[in-house]
Amino acid sequence: MTPLNLTTIDFSWLAILPLIALSVGAIVVMLAGTRVDDEDSAALGFIVLVALLAAFLLTMFELGQNTAAFRGSLAVDDYAVFFEVIIIIATALTVAMSLEYAADAGLAGAEYYALVAFAALGMLLMAAAGDLIIIFLGLETMSIAVYALAGFIRRDAKSNEAAIKYFLLGAFSTGFLLYGIALLYGATGSVRLTAIHASIAARTAVNPLLLLGLGMLLIGFGFKVAAVPFHMWTPDAYEGAPTPITAFMAVAVKLAAFAGFLRIFFTSLDPLATEWSPVLWALAVLSMTAGNVIALVQSNIKRMLAYSAIAHAGYALVGMAAANGREAGGAVLYYLLAYAFTSLGAFGVVVALDRGAESHAQIDDYRGLARDHPGLAAAMAVCLLSLTGVPPLAGFVAKFYVFAAALNAGFTGLVIIAVLNSVVSAYYYVGVIVAMYMREGGVAVESMSRRPGLLISIAVGVAGVIALGIYPQPYMGAAVNAFASALGRPALHAVSMLP
Amino acid sequence: MSLGLFFFLAVLAALSALGVIAQRNPVHCLLALAVNLLDIGVMFVGLGAVTVGFLQIIIYVGAIMVLFLFVIWLLNLQAEGFSGYLGLKLFGAIGAAALAAEFATLFLHTSRISTPGASALTQGTITTLGRHLFSDYLVAFEITSLLLLAAVVGAIGLARRPPLSAGLSAAAGSDLATAESPRQMSRSMSVSAEQQTTTPRAGSA
Repeated sequence: MTPLNLTTIDFSWLAILPLIALSVGAIVVMLAGTRVDDEDSAALGFIVLVALLAAFLLTMFELGQNTAAFRGSLAVDDYAVFFEVIIIIATALTVAMSLEYAADAGLAGAEYYALVAFAALGMLLMAAAGDLIIIFLGLETMSIAVYALAGFIRRDAKSNEAAIKYFLLGAFSTGFLLYGIALLYGATGSVRLTAIHASIAARTAVNPLLLLGLGMLLIGFGFKVAAVPFHMWTPDAYEGAPTPITAFMAVAVKLAAFAGFLRIFFTSLDPLATEWSPVLWALAVLSMTAGNVIALVQSNIKRMLAYSAIAHAGYALVGMAAANGREAGGAVLYYLLAYAFTSLGAFGVVVALDRGAESHAQIDDYRGLARDHPGLAAAMAVCLLSLTGVPPLAGFVAKFYVFAAALNAGFTGLVIIAVLNSVVSAYYYVGVIVAMYMREGGVAVESMSRRPGLLISIAVGVAGVIALGIYPQPYMGAAVNAFASALGRPALHAVSMLP
Repeated sequence: MSLGLFFFLAVLAALSALGVIAQRNPVHCLLALAVNLLDIGVMFVGLGAVTVGFLQIIIYVGAIMVLFLFVIWLLNLQAEGFSGYLGLKLFGAIGAAALAAEFATLFLHTSRISTPGASALTQGTITTLGRHLFSDYLVAFEITSLLLLAAVVGAIGLARRPPLSAGLSAAAGSDLATAESPRQMSRSMSVSAEQQTTTPRAGSA
């Protein structure tokens, strides 16, 4: 028996150092947590912030590398860096929002921050995955951490409901995903994305196992990005979860799921695009329409934003259904970037009104906010207008790029439906603005000066919305580059379990 | 593995899986699940994946089934009287029939199902498994440990004693308010946890 030669495993510090930084951060948080009371848990949050900063700096070294590591398990390309940077920023803002919230609500501090770090680690894996196993493990690490986080307000029946619903439906959808992965492996003989691509491209007749696997993957990712008809868990999970975790689910989780979704479908399943593009078309139409129409009748702002998140997944799917080149794929990435900042800003304001113990998440609670807290109201208004797609904010530019890409690809009908949906969405977004500026008598909001972490995260969100809207070129350039790096990746090691 | 044996095992697996969901008595469901898992273990061994087959039997049939059994005894679960909603059942049946028809069409209209696999017979030893785990799937192997750690932390976060400061300050009197360290607090916890169940906190609806 020959000994295993460990020098051939393609070891790369570059690819795993960001992951190591986050896991060390999580473990330090757990150790420090034994000495810190729950009401002082902000100190633990700072440890996670330091770990995130380290991960961010280490990720920066991956820029422009465009290689793979560990025999193709991990991709080190600009696509991974693009998503990793957004995920790290979104996680950092989530932690900043939580600094005061978690302590006020008496959440279990050490576990809370450790789980946020673990979830971020899973998301980074999804962004950098080079094979289906890594995507699955990243998805599970992220999901299991977030299932638990959703139920962290344990005295609150709604939080418990959110956790159990999210967990059961999430586990069910993971089953679909795993079955799809197994079928793809059975049909192509490999779990590496590049090897799967090569196997499918070389095939003349379509293998039914491949189509079944493709369908299962679509269902699995449909759940994770909350596309209709796989969205049933979304409003309840978003409403019951602690509000910073709702923001985390709406932004970071969704982006990580899209990172894996886009990478699988554009780098290894793209020879089957004629099969999956119509399915995405239907999912996009259903998500936009159902999301926007149901959002019209919501009275709770977290539920409203949940349906809005469903609708926005639909807009991103418009771009995905139509994406057939660098520009179009870049438009989807830019859309997700703009959505991330906008949503984080909006949820930041929701956190400001929601004090954990007593939840003020009804839209009526926002009445008269502009009089007492003009800054908060203005931030909320900017984010809501960006979600609607009003120029010159990020949401407008993002929608413009996505719709233009879809038109170029000949999806005129889809774009008409999407634009009509944007018009419908204006009604409920503007409804909140009207309540803030033209109505009287909401709830008293605690002064923001006591909550610097929350203030900073709202400010960063709003700044991002404005910057992405006024000067989009560099970010769009980065998005196009990132997408191209995923497509034009040099051939990785095609490793399979077979001889 | 001969085709006849495979079909026998496959049919048995499907029947026992049906048994898991169709029976009312939880212990009977559990027995059907044990049959199912054993059956799949045998299938693995038959395909040459000896290690995986035995792990399946040891871990699932051995450890996890016993855990399930303990939980059922601990909670004293009885046969369920729940009959379900007829409409939902009808909806489910129509959906299942449509899916079956779809699969049948898909498989009938394609010339053949090809898999590049089928050479697993020489691959299922513990040596090959170890080689793949520590070379091709090294990252995946290491990440699995982090995944399990995250699951443990999540379970502790949800199941550990209620957060002292916020959960109990209103209900549980002054003995906690004067306690100085978390360790002191946890000593008085066992008493106050009972109090909490009897005095629901205001605003927890």
